[in-house]
Amino acid sequence: MIDHTTTFSIFTELAELSAALFLLTSFGIIAMRQVQASLIMFILQSLLLAMSAIILGYQYAINHLFVVAGVTIVIKCMLLPWLLRYTIRKEVYARREILQVLNIPTSLLIAVAITIFAYFITSPLLKLSNDVAIQFNLPIGLAVLLLGAYTIMVRTEAVPQVIGILSMENGAFFAGISIASNLPLIAELAAAFDVLIIALVMGILISKIHEHTGDTSIKKMTILKEG
Amino acid sequence: MLERILYNIIQVLTVMIFAPLIKGILNKLKENVQSKTGQSILQPYRDIWKLFHKDEVISENSSWIFRVTPYIVFITPIFVTLLIPVLTTYPLFFAFMGDMVGGGFILSLGGFFAALASVDTANPYGAMGASRTRMVGFLVEPVFMIVFFTVSFVAGSTIPYIVQMHWVTPVSNFFDPSHILLMIAFFMIILAEAGRIPVDNPSGHFELAMIDESKNLEYSGPSAALIKWGGAMKFFVLLCIFLNVITMPWGLAQTQSLLAVLFAIPLVLTKIFVFILVLVIVESSLAKLRLFRITEFLSAAFIISIIAMITVFFK
Repeated sequence: MIDHTTTFSIFTELAELSAALFLLTSFGIIAMRQVQASLIMFILQSLLLAMSAIILGYQYAINHLFVVAGVTIVIKCMLLPWLLRYTIRKEVYARREILQVLNIPTSLLIAVAITIFAYFITSPLLKLSNDVAIQFNLPIGLAVLLLGAYTIMVRTEAVPQVIGILSMENGAFFAGISIASNLPLIAELAAAFDVLIIALVMGILISKIHEHTGDTSIKKMTILKEG
Repeated sequence: MLERILYNIIQVLTVMIFAPLIKGILNKLKENVQSKTGQSILQPYRDIWKLFHKDEVISENSSWIFRVTPYIVFITPIFVTLLIPVLTTYPLFFAFMGDMVGGGFILSLGGFFAALASVDTANPYGAMGASRTRMVGFLVEPVFMIVFFTVSFVAGSTIPYIVQMHWVTPVSNFFDPSHILLMIAFFMIILAEAGRIPVDNPSGHFELAMIDESKNLEYSGPSAALIKWGGAMKFFVLLCIFLNVITMPWGLAQTQSLLAVLFAIPLVLTKIFVFILVLVIVESSLAKLRLFRITEFLSAAFIISIIAMITVFFK
């Protein structure tokens, strides 16, 4: 009944869908008011990254993408949130409303402009390849990378900024699995563990800052002084 | 030709007859979730029946707009019904008289007159409700526009009968990211446009917090009945656009026989019932947003529709 090409095209649409939702979670990270909600958005984003890797791995029969997906789920969906909650428990749970530099609708509109920019600058590159997966993975990966940087700029709290950095990494990974799907597994494993260490170090740093100043707002840290 | 006109009339009758029932089921389910017994699902019919048998009071200082508005509110959803697929997958007699944008304009005409009429009587709550509805309205409008543009990009047309077939031919189109994102955005618009919970509380009785309901406070008797019935039909029509055009045409009549068309009625009602279950879950688990948070809710819908458009446009 359903032949091979139909299945293939359904999987392509699913990969594209997970790419679009991946982009959407990035907007969620920017717009969510609560730290907790931002973190949940990040977990969702990592799940979608893993889903995309699984679909691509199945479509092109690249086995090590399954390993990438597994590592992503274990590290980014389980270990990382646990680590953040463990090191900065009070900050993640207690803080409900967090401040932003711009109001939310404005910052979302700027984020849309960034996304269109990402599509615009990748369009000459997309002409070089006929691969279907690259057509949506590369621009969306780049967009998420830029949006992660934008999150760091627009958020004035330390924890969402950490989430911004981690989502930048997600974006780079997302573009990576389509462009360089034959990257040695060891490089991807190294990158994944790197993220874990980054999160650990930042988490400890944030909790130390919180101990000292009683706050994690970046606004108060513009003036550095010793002692 | 003659049977297409007949089916068009059946379509209108379906919307007129079952619209209050949908409201009734929705109210009953919501009360059940709050562990109350709830009113009968036939209560909206009884309300309309009772109101039609009551006398009407009209302020001496009101103009013709106030008197004409109930009829416009009642008639506009019927016009839209003629344009959209409620029961059939093939176009009916009036199908090519207007596209989805035209349908949107006709629906908003009713809203426009309702807003004018509420200001007309100089009731302070009326003017407040009107201005709030306009605020929600002009935030919803761009999302509607982007959704329609995306649809016309994807399907090459804004005639609803053509659009609905595009999503399932071939089946993989159903999983198209633009399709799923449009569904999410349109769902959020329906919540705003029908005055459901994250935007407005439909069962609230406090005039200061009302958005949609406070426009109709001045109406009584048959006019109130027409406005109630028209509101229920507008909700039904929005659900039909969402479920049959934006989501999928499954369950609609494919052949031209009368039996198939009649059999489509329970299938469409089942689809709407499933949607209502989702709506009840959403409404019961969320709190009403503060008035100035509505912009954030609708800007999220706007962003989702924009992403849907981007994924189509740069394909």
